[in-house]
Amino acid sequence: MMLEMNTRRALQSHIATPRFETPFHPRIATLSETNDWYAWAGYKAPHSVFDEELEYFAIRSTAALFDISPMVKYRIAGPDAERYLNRLTVRNVAKLGTGRVHYTAWCDDHGHVLDDGTLFRLSADTFRLCCQERHLPWLLDSAIGFDVEIEEETMQIAGLALQGPTSFAVLSKAGFDGIERLKPFQLAEFAHQSGAVTISRTGFTGDLGYELFVSAEAALSLWDRLWTAGQLHGIRAIGYAALNRARIEAGFIVANADFMTAETTLRADRARMPDEIGLDWLVDTEKVNFNGRKAILEARRNQTLKHVLVGLEIEGNIPADGAIVYHRKSREAGLVSAAIWSPLAKRNIAIASLTRPYGTRLTEDLWVEIYALRELQYQKMMKRARIVPRPFIKLDRRAATPPGLF
Amino acid sequence: MTSSDPARNTASAFDAIVIGGGHNGLTAATLLAQNGRKVVVLETAAAVGGATRGYDIHPGYRSAGLAHIVNRLDPDVAKLLTLDVRTSPGALLPTVALSPDGKHAVLRGAYGETIDGISPDEAKAFAAMRKKLMFQAGILKRFLKRRPPEIGKIRLNDLGAIAGAGLSLITKGREEGRDFLRMLLMNVADVADEYLSDDRLKGLVAFDATLGIHLGPRSPTSLLGLYYRLTGETNDKSATQYVPRGGMGALAPAFEKAATAAGVTIRTGMSVARIIADRGTATGVILASGVQVTAPIIVSAIHPQATFLKLCDSGELDTGFVRAVSNIRSKGNVAKLDLALDRPPAFTGVSPADHRGRLVIARSIAHVENAFNPAKYGEFSPDPVMEITLPSLADPALAPSDGATLSALVEFAPYDLKGGWESGKPAFQKIIIDTLERYAPGLSSSIVASHLLTPVDMETQYSLPGGHWHHGELQADQLLVNRPVNASAGYTTPLAGLYLASAGSHPGGGISGLPGLLAARHILSGGRA
Repeated sequence: MMLEMNTRRALQSHIATPRFETPFHPRIATLSETNDWYAWAGYKAPHSVFDEELEYFAIRSTAALFDISPMVKYRIAGPDAERYLNRLTVRNVAKLGTGRVHYTAWCDDHGHVLDDGTLFRLSADTFRLCCQERHLPWLLDSAIGFDVEIEEETMQIAGLALQGPTSFAVLSKAGFDGIERLKPFQLAEFAHQSGAVTISRTGFTGDLGYELFVSAEAALSLWDRLWTAGQLHGIRAIGYAALNRARIEAGFIVANADFMTAETTLRADRARMPDEIGLDWLVDTEKVNFNGRKAILEARRNQTLKHVLVGLEIEGNIPADGAIVYHRKSREAGLVSAAIWSPLAKRNIAIASLTRPYGTRLTEDLWVEIYALRELQYQKMMKRARIVPRPFIKLDRRAATPPGLF
Repeated sequence: MTSSDPARNTASAFDAIVIGGGHNGLTAATLLAQNGRKVVVLETAAAVGGATRGYDIHPGYRSAGLAHIVNRLDPDVAKLLTLDVRTSPGALLPTVALSPDGKHAVLRGAYGETIDGISPDEAKAFAAMRKKLMFQAGILKRFLKRRPPEIGKIRLNDLGAIAGAGLSLITKGREEGRDFLRMLLMNVADVADEYLSDDRLKGLVAFDATLGIHLGPRSPTSLLGLYYRLTGETNDKSATQYVPRGGMGALAPAFEKAATAAGVTIRTGMSVARIIADRGTATGVILASGVQVTAPIIVSAIHPQATFLKLCDSGELDTGFVRAVSNIRSKGNVAKLDLALDRPPAFTGVSPADHRGRLVIARSIAHVENAFNPAKYGEFSPDPVMEITLPSLADPALAPSDGATLSALVEFAPYDLKGGWESGKPAFQKIIIDTLERYAPGLSSSIVASHLLTPVDMETQYSLPGGHWHHGELQADQLLVNRPVNASAGYTTPLAGLYLASAGSHPGGGISGLPGLLAARHILSGGRA
């Protein structure tokens, strides 16, 4: 499948509109008290809806509804779809069963990560790929020599994340019969109005939670169905600030926040290999050839990997966002890309990129320099940091099947 | 593998498989075999020789192939193959820059060491330009006969070549260095205008710079084509041209003989359907017949796009690489006309001896530029430019005793002709013959048969994607470290065990044998040369 350039342009009409509203916008706008919006991949999305702090606690204590429609979505279908995706992505797609979802990443020829995302196997030869950045030209060029159809469906498909301890109760109450059988990373179709909604037990919070995909036309009715069912289960609409806290606790990384994607970097040394951003576990070097395989194996063999992504626990309670990491308080060792005081772990946690051998061979005596602006004066702190495993929190309710009916 | 029982002894019967029995494939195969490798050459056509493979024009008349003159057969290749294709002394062929008025300029020796038919002032001017261009081509030549350097992995001997080039510039003085950098990417028209005033000579250099390249003389960088031409070396002398004893038809058998003598197994009529590869390593090929042949070394001496996009499973290659290979510009725009004539043609004003040379119709720079313009929009030239040889003069066997053959390489004939070549071909052929008639009156009445190969015909008859004899445009962005693409420059490919050796690789096309020679050297050196 090789499309002409003007056809490709037509397939990317989103370029013409700088700021879209998602199919759920009317509901979120009504609920919004803070009127706090930000731009997410060309969409207007809530940074907060009523209170960042309380929204976070909705994720951890009740149920939070987060609009993921701006997430970029591709439908990949055809007899060669599995073979195609196996070449495109680093993980083994042959091991992904129908009705299952896995987290994966894809690289360019140099083994530099283009993006990470989730791959949904909707049927034996139909997939949905969800990610942060747009990749249509790359996906189409990757299709040369494969019998596969690729379609961008970001606009056509609306997405909702329903996350939190009572999310299962909300879905049950909403009448999605059979939802109790869904295991983590499993998906199923459920009836909604005259159509269907695809629900997967996935999320970005490390909590019990689900993601729902529905055609844009059915978006509002789905929202209402959940909202009504969730009234007694503490359902809240949330913005990205709250979700961001949860994802840091869960140890998830965000493209172009915790690492730069290869196609967006301007500087040659900013692109990262999977092993440099903690994704080495995804890379299946035993499976068939995939983009970047040779480069990744070479870098491993020649030990030319330059960076490593680590979880840090930092003394004190001041978030170290953007702080420089030092070795022995003097040698620069890396940068903190995300940090919060974790209300759940009761620890000051961070995700950081370190330049090897810091973080690999040299793991002790690390410090972060935090500049806290206090009424127009910086308070400079040198705080001890310890490398700790991610995720920072582990919740049994995330994986229990059937989930608890909180 | 034997022809009687192809299924037998497939496993490791050979150390190397060479795909494509063109002159580069045969050169690579010969060098590998001479160094003790067991080599098989797999050729789709019924005979080896590639572009030097001849064809019948008409009963009794034959063409020696796509190439009709030798101007860059590398001396090392000739020596290696002990090719007996050197001409007798003094047989370097002249180039006749034809003029409609019959007063031609005739370049003799190596690209006009002396020129007949021009003013003394113009002779001086041409000599100055020739000296300048030969010197500059000499600097570029240092890079043509060696593997292109790998960016990021420059080796000591690469530095040697770069330093040598620098040194030869410096020793000539600052002015020469400055001029080299000034002229390197210029267009040939501006350079010709700078030195010359005679339209015949200007037209000739404009033609030579753009023959086989999708550029007009006023297109930026078009001078590179002329440099490339001037780097061509035959009989230990640069910028010469000749037809081997026995004609161009003697070339293919000579290459074949050398290969066979070295112990190469040649299998014709065997089309490779697939290159077998798994996770980064190529291990063999599958023939169209379904037979599998394995070998640790596979040398693909066919067009790089055919190698990677047709024979390889794109899943075994990375997306960026496939994208780059797909983007190689390789659309030919030269047509080849062969005429069977009942008597030798007589070009007005050309001496009988000079009829053995190369006759060029390119009246001026504007003529070449105007011929190129329609090609940009998918149309052929209504007033084409061309070079003509009379092959039967060198090889009488090509025509009956009273007859003769004429071969013309004609520009511009774009591969993607608007409206298609089926209807375009007769019209274009008529234009060419009418043009020839003006320079050789009576020629049309002597035509027994004509045979026009468009780039589309070349593509099908010579398995030449795009009908491009350089296997990809010979332009600045597709040279050296980017030929055919960066990730497979220097004869290696992303697949271990698979090597490239066609004109699509460095240094490029023409009957030189250099891509084949350098590829084989690289393989034999274990990746060091």
